[in-house]
Amino acid sequence: MGSMPEKPRHGFGSLVTGLQEVCESGITKDLAWRRSQLKGIIRLLTEKEEEMFDVLRDDLGKHRAESYRDEIGALVKSVNHTLRNLERWAAPEKVQAPLVSFPATALVVPEPLGVVLVFSCWNLPLGLALEPLSGAIAAGNAVVVKPSEFAPATAAFLASNLPKYLDPRAVKVILGGPEVGEQLMEHRWDKVLFTGSARTGRIILTKAAKHLTPVALELGSKCPCIIDRLDSKRDTQIAVNRIFGGKWSLCAGQACLAIDYILVEEEFAPALIEVLKSTVKRFTTTPDCMARILNEKHFKRLSNYLKDRKVAASVVHGGSVNPKTLTIEPTILLNPPLDSDIMTEEIFGPILPIITVKKIEDSMKFVRSKPKPLAIYAFTRNEKLKSRIINETSSGSVTFNDAVVQYVVEGLPFGGVGQSGSGQYHGKYSFELFSNKKAVFKRSFLIEFMFRYPPWDNGKIGMLRHVFNTNYVLLLLGLIGLRR
Amino acid sequence: MEESRAAAVQELRARFAAGQTRPAEWRAKQLRGVLRMATEMEAEICDALHADVGKPKTEAHVHEISLVKSSCLFALKNLKKWMKPKKVHARLMTFPSTARITKEPLGVVLVISAWNYPLLLSLDPVIGAIAAGNAVVLKPSEVAPATSSLLAELLPRYVDSACIKVVEGGVSETTALLEHKWDKIFYTGNSKVGRIVMAAAVKHLTPVVLELGGKCPVIVDSNVNLHVTAKRIAAGKWGCNNGQACIAPDFIITTESFAPKLLEALKKVLEKFYGKDPLLSADLSRVVTPNHFNRLLDMMDDEMVSDKIVFGGQRDEQKLKIAPTIFLDVPLDSAMMKEEIFGPLLPIITVDKIHESFGLINSMTKPLAAYLFTRDSKLQKQFESTISAGGMLLNDTSVHLTNPHLPFGGVGESGTGSYHGRFTFDAFSHGKAVLHRGFGGEAKARYPPYSSAKLKIMKGVLVGKLGAMIQAILGFPRGK
Repeated sequence: MGSMPEKPRHGFGSLVTGLQEVCESGITKDLAWRRSQLKGIIRLLTEKEEEMFDVLRDDLGKHRAESYRDEIGALVKSVNHTLRNLERWAAPEKVQAPLVSFPATALVVPEPLGVVLVFSCWNLPLGLALEPLSGAIAAGNAVVVKPSEFAPATAAFLASNLPKYLDPRAVKVILGGPEVGEQLMEHRWDKVLFTGSARTGRIILTKAAKHLTPVALELGSKCPCIIDRLDSKRDTQIAVNRIFGGKWSLCAGQACLAIDYILVEEEFAPALIEVLKSTVKRFTTTPDCMARILNEKHFKRLSNYLKDRKVAASVVHGGSVNPKTLTIEPTILLNPPLDSDIMTEEIFGPILPIITVKKIEDSMKFVRSKPKPLAIYAFTRNEKLKSRIINETSSGSVTFNDAVVQYVVEGLPFGGVGQSGSGQYHGKYSFELFSNKKAVFKRSFLIEFMFRYPPWDNGKIGMLRHVFNTNYVLLLLGLIGLRR
Repeated sequence: MEESRAAAVQELRARFAAGQTRPAEWRAKQLRGVLRMATEMEAEICDALHADVGKPKTEAHVHEISLVKSSCLFALKNLKKWMKPKKVHARLMTFPSTARITKEPLGVVLVISAWNYPLLLSLDPVIGAIAAGNAVVLKPSEVAPATSSLLAELLPRYVDSACIKVVEGGVSETTALLEHKWDKIFYTGNSKVGRIVMAAAVKHLTPVVLELGGKCPVIVDSNVNLHVTAKRIAAGKWGCNNGQACIAPDFIITTESFAPKLLEALKKVLEKFYGKDPLLSADLSRVVTPNHFNRLLDMMDDEMVSDKIVFGGQRDEQKLKIAPTIFLDVPLDSAMMKEEIFGPLLPIITVDKIHESFGLINSMTKPLAAYLFTRDSKLQKQFESTISAGGMLLNDTSVHLTNPHLPFGGVGESGTGSYHGRFTFDAFSHGKAVLHRGFGGEAKARYPPYSSAKLKIMKGVLVGKLGAMIQAILGFPRGK
């Protein structure tokens, strides 16, 4: 019927059609059902907290404080925000209807897209699965979650617990590696949200194009941190604390929002580096204060950055790696070569290059020379500089005088632009990402204008001109017949 | 050829990077330029539209020129408002802080237009792209060559041609354009090419808006004002480029008992609109090309449906004209019911009870628009909640697209993304989240070495406990 593409013959056909049927039955559209699912997520987060800490430690060596702050706690906050606002977001919105169409009502009605697919990522394996899931459910969809195979303990946790806390008819977890992801994409989805690398993102998009499946991409980037000359010691210490929090405290730098590299004036660099070194020493006294590197593959990748002779020469702090424990200590570089791998690829690890510029204003040109990042951070009290950064650079977001915390401001959309991705979510934006905003226009039979219909003549064209110029006076006169 | 194209794209990038398209004054100037063009060149535009699709002068005015003008005026009126950053409530958790969403242009964008409303579908997206501060390349449809060359000739005279360019050409030209890096691609057309555009966009991870088509169903209940209903259906079908419009009613569903009455009403209205010999009426567009003409003929003369014709059927191969033609109860697996018609053929499908129409529509792919004629508010509610479509209209056809406050776009096979009014501005913008924090409110509990005391405070902060936040700000826990 209609012009439908061919259905693929292997893989998950029955999964998709089963979920379509569930949607068509109206279960997922029911607001009460959506509330019960969201409450189910809260219950999961509360009752299974210990188990979650365990699996996140298994997968990434995350300290429970980090796990709570970045994943569990952030989710509790977010899902509660969604519960508080669900009715309002789901309600039709009345919009203006032009006077000439009187009597008429114009509405924008949000409706579920249908069956959606969420690809999570390994670095925030819980958060990047459950945050999109909660948004998709809030919008009334049936959802398939494909957790990353690189965080297997969390994936197994989701597979065994989601069916217990959520409605297994409408929420499914599919485990597996890239082949499974590709098989899933052989089918048509009403929306796909993918968090991960640009390389895999392109594979997803190529398959999606066959079915016109709309895709939101949350990709990576090199998030720069511009540090202006800070005159007070206190300001500098606070800035460094927050830089630490935005780099090493965040899954050892393995996060899309983590600070990738620093830009600072060459005169201010030595003072900054001193404070960085002392702060790193103070904050890393216990072995479990920083997550480990995910696996050998990434460990090798990061170690190789440091093997480059010129890069090794630029190390000013740290540099030691432990292949047994897959840990790399917080490492600071000063002016590694700009064409080295570490300055052209997303680092996604605990190595922090510092690039010096002559004047801090030069940092914007540097940032613009690279693909648009997910976030730009800047520590400064200079209002003019702040304005320039906002207007002269482009990024998913900009945060002044802190890092990463924008993630928990529910009113702010989260997402990239350009190479860092497309589509935004969090809070109301998640709801909208997974909705179709249907335009509904209601007219009545009451008032009928003859000049709408053929056969045409210049008189009718004249009347129509009045309509489009919203010249109601002339329109009225025309209708009464006093003017042509 | 490729050098000049590459050079053109490069120039646009350079101009955008230099900030030329950002100031509100520049944007307003371009919009006024488009407005002047649409006003001063009315006669030339009507001629081109007539040459391309035989569009009657009234349709050219009402459906294209007037809509372009009101789109410019609406954008000019609201430009400052749309450009203003929006303040967002920053919660206590990040106190002290202020949060805003700033709209910024995406950069250099590509608009690929269609042949049926070649002026409107070219300029409407371009207007929004300009309002949002982008540099633009417009590729008008080669299937409407008179309008395409008119735009290529006129636009540079009325707008800043260093930042807004028209590139003409067919499939090979479009393919070559798609190789370049764009910050957004806006495509209006069919879903086959839509897939090609989407696949080409993968290379540079370019986001796309696809305005596609589909079979727009019209459900007609018996509880209606029959005469008005028939007029509005006819106006939406044959009064819109003779059915060659993405939102034209594609087919009707009504009850078996009501069908004869509806048919009679439609016949009466058609005679009134187009006379006894519609092929002679100047108020009917022709079919755009011999290809489409033959496609429609094949559809009409298909033996599955040819005996179901109940009105019309006249055709003139010389003039590429087909008269309004109505069919009754064609098989659901005929080409006419499987493909988007995009022409003056109107099948009426009958059902036993009107509610059965919902199941039939839901068995097809989601349409760009769905229409229902009824006074029954229960049926209206059911329609609204059961049918998914880009847009819905009750008791009329097509006119919802003239309301700039309503988003216009498809869902599923009928497209992705929406535009019109503010939605066009948003489609070509990035809403950048900007968070300002100060150096105050430093919470030691955030940092390692971690402890259960710190965790307790963080937990409190995240669930919004005021006590925990105060502790956090005051630097608890003391000691490490």
